[in-house]
Amino acid sequence: MILLGAAAFAGEVTLWHAWRGDERAALDALVSQWNAAHPADPVQAVFVPHESLATKAEAAIPHGNGPDLLVFGHDRVAAWAERGIILAVDPGAGFLPVSVDALRVGTHTYGWPLACKSLALFRNRALVPEAPPTTAAMVAAAEAAAGPDRYGLAWEVASAYQSAPWLHGMGGGVLREGAVALDRPENVAGLELISRLLPLAPPDPSGALVTQLFNEGRAAMVLNGPWFLGEVNPEIDYAVSPLPAVSESGQPAAPYVTVETLLLAREGAEARAFGAWLAGPEAAAMRQSQGRQVVAALDVPAPDPVLAAFRAQLETAVAMPTSEAFALHWEPLARSLRRLVRGAATPAQAAAEAQTDYAIVSRPPPPESNPAPWLVALGVAVVAGLGLAVHRARQVNWRPWAYVVPWLFPAFAAMVLLVLCPFVVGAGVAFFETDGREFSFVGIAHFLDILLARDFPLSSPLSFWSTLLVTVLWTVANVAAHVSLGVALALLLREPWVRMRGVFRALLILPWAVPSYITALTWKGMFHRQFGAINAILTAAGAEPVSWFGSFATAFAANLATNTWLGFPFMMVVTLGALASIPRDLEEAAEVDGASWIERFRHVTLPLLRPALLPAVILGSVWTFNQFNVIYLVSGGEPDGSTDILVSQAYRWAFTRGHRYGYAAAYAVLILGVLLLYGRLANRLAGRKVL
Amino acid sequence: MRAPSAPRVIATHAALLLLTVATMLPLLWVIRMALSPSQGFSIGLSLTDFTLDNFRSVLATTTSTGEALFARQLFNSLVVSAATAALGVVLACTAGYALSRWSFPGREQLMGSFLVMQMFPAVVMSVPLYMLLDALHLLDSLAGLVLVYATTSVPFATWNLKGYFDTIPRELEEAATMDGASRWTTFTRVILPLARPAIAVTALFAFMTAWNEFILAATLMGDERAYTLPVVLNGYVGEFGAEWGKFAAGSIIVSVPVVALFFVLQKQLVEGLTAGGVKG
Repeated sequence: MILLGAAAFAGEVTLWHAWRGDERAALDALVSQWNAAHPADPVQAVFVPHESLATKAEAAIPHGNGPDLLVFGHDRVAAWAERGIILAVDPGAGFLPVSVDALRVGTHTYGWPLACKSLALFRNRALVPEAPPTTAAMVAAAEAAAGPDRYGLAWEVASAYQSAPWLHGMGGGVLREGAVALDRPENVAGLELISRLLPLAPPDPSGALVTQLFNEGRAAMVLNGPWFLGEVNPEIDYAVSPLPAVSESGQPAAPYVTVETLLLAREGAEARAFGAWLAGPEAAAMRQSQGRQVVAALDVPAPDPVLAAFRAQLETAVAMPTSEAFALHWEPLARSLRRLVRGAATPAQAAAEAQTDYAIVSRPPPPESNPAPWLVALGVAVVAGLGLAVHRARQVNWRPWAYVVPWLFPAFAAMVLLVLCPFVVGAGVAFFETDGREFSFVGIAHFLDILLARDFPLSSPLSFWSTLLVTVLWTVANVAAHVSLGVALALLLREPWVRMRGVFRALLILPWAVPSYITALTWKGMFHRQFGAINAILTAAGAEPVSWFGSFATAFAANLATNTWLGFPFMMVVTLGALASIPRDLEEAAEVDGASWIERFRHVTLPLLRPALLPAVILGSVWTFNQFNVIYLVSGGEPDGSTDILVSQAYRWAFTRGHRYGYAAAYAVLILGVLLLYGRLANRLAGRKVL
Repeated sequence: MRAPSAPRVIATHAALLLLTVATMLPLLWVIRMALSPSQGFSIGLSLTDFTLDNFRSVLATTTSTGEALFARQLFNSLVVSAATAALGVVLACTAGYALSRWSFPGREQLMGSFLVMQMFPAVVMSVPLYMLLDALHLLDSLAGLVLVYATTSVPFATWNLKGYFDTIPRELEEAATMDGASRWTTFTRVILPLARPAIAVTALFAFMTAWNEFILAATLMGDERAYTLPVVLNGYVGEFGAEWGKFAAGSIIVSVPVVALFFVLQKQLVEGLTAGGVKG
């Protein structure tokens, strides 16, 4: 009963959203207001974390499990409309034209525009009293405001979204006549502009850092959006203005605008009525005043100066394109921006590399192939396999199975159903090209592309073979570190004369007890170039601060340190358990015989530990090989994807490089293949069957 | 045994102290963020601007209709994790015992296949799992989540229990069988009580699997009221700006129960963790 208690109430209109803070409070208040007036068909607003919202909607709505309404940026509207995930809605007049235009797909409009989000310029009025109308004025103001430990201007340079205004300001842009043209001269000029602005900005700024610097009064101007309003330090006297015009070109530095849209996922008069009301002037006024939104509705009271500035910014802003080609440009452009920031590429090189990377990511899918020969081959293989199995089975005595099966069946059946089946289905996608809706059979084309390194030169960090090399290095280094640290600590901890043994042991196990995504994010912060604890310690010791995610060796070391911290307690506990059951007489006898501690460890203790440690090492290496969290959360593959391991590459192909599920599935199958080979090797090395 | 020399005692304690302090640093940082009034990723270690607001606001979240959410989500997490631990151990105990005691054709392959299932990259599995649970009408239910988690925890649990059962002398069962006890009685009355440390550890591991997971939980559960705590925590670090203070406060609340379990079960942890290995 308890376990089944979460189903939605019948007759209810559900709404999914990812709003937090003031926006969420305003939405909740509006929903209560609506429900008080319409008790018969109440609305239930459900918060879904932003990262899961799109995936969840794409999985749930086609199966009829989705909500009636959902709030999302307009950038998915075209794709979702085409797939029938959302339904056409005529929002009517009374909205900012840019917001309605963004929702038009063909002859229909999809959804009610709620709020517009774009970047604008925040300035600390104590440092920059007047809004700079041009970039020349902005640079002058930034130079005047900069000081020791204070920056004139900060924005997330390596984000393709945050740096786009400078490209637009030089007349550039991602698309030219619908096709991605990152290397056109205007974009090179835009990247040159960024290079000229870089000296004003802090090195390697992340979004969280930009926020923090401004809140501490250590950044005079920052590029940020309305989402920053809930986090800005109230003690800072700040103002917002539209981004300046670029002095060299006279054109405005235009940011993208995203229209947060209420989308209709299931037909219903109640849902439509609520949608029109939530987008309409009455609710919009409330969302503006309480939720601090830049609302799309026109007929609302004049907003406060901050929101008015965001609204003024919309006049020059560029509606974020919705095409699939555009969606694929983010990662290549971001990679090039990071190279530019690091000084590893000139603006012209960065633009050219971005276009090359884009060409790889967006290359056409392999041609459809005829499944018939493959089906025949599969059939032959199955028949042959079955024949062999029957032949073998005849020679075996099956009688013991009669009493073994009842003991094994529950565990085995559950695993086949919930682990094996999903994997086989998921892996089967490797033979298809799909964007999630239509499948076309391509045979083993994905495997050939990957294994023959057709897309990337072998030395590129994105090629399978170099990623495999990194993964193997990652696994070996980790397991070696886990085992040596774990065994060393266990040897120290087992001595009965150690004081507070229990306390030490308990504290040393802690990293294992705290969820790894929490500590991985914390470690990432500790490795920050400027504000991380590690560099603070290094500087205090008189060393130079290190830009940890700027080179392969240091980024790899940062990942390794994090994962060692997470992984050594397991090996320590296994060793402690094994040591407890090893008699100490042998070691003492060796000591009496005059053997040094190294000799005693190598010839007495280690051989006794081996049988207990070996399976732990093998298990640990399999876990490390697929350790997604640490790589993804700590280095994120930086620099340029060189610290990515196979699993994180597969993830990127599936979710951030344009939903190439087939390619990602082929990666997953290859990962399993590599691990199976490793298993055979491990058996050899262990001299017995461990796997 | 001879008394250790003084330098050795001092060096051992110094090494332990140093490594323990190094281990604690990241955790202290999390505590510092949780107690800080800003939502930034601060480093200052002074506690002058100490506040409990983050804890308060994490505990006080409500749904759009004003229902208290945190208690409900904590309850979900506890129910799912406890049920996962129970189901995972039950499935693994019988399997681990059979694998430890009897030799039968295919035993090695079966042991291997349990480990191979640990090798499946999760990236490709979430969508098929979603479709499967949909077909079984287990979407949006905590029961579905329990089934998935329990199965995920079975391979390691089986290996660990099998390793521990291997260390229990067969003579004990033979004696019981001589007295006329059935296999099942021997198993439940003789073996399981002896395997208590390993069962405790295995249960703890299964509990942790469920307690920490958020990707599947966010995908499979459609309703905020059905979320487990990690999903909520993950929501604090979203696309536009992160609420680090609340994230850290939530992290501490999420970590405390598991840390407490680790402290209570420390002794069993050392005795009962075999990872399939042979001890001594």
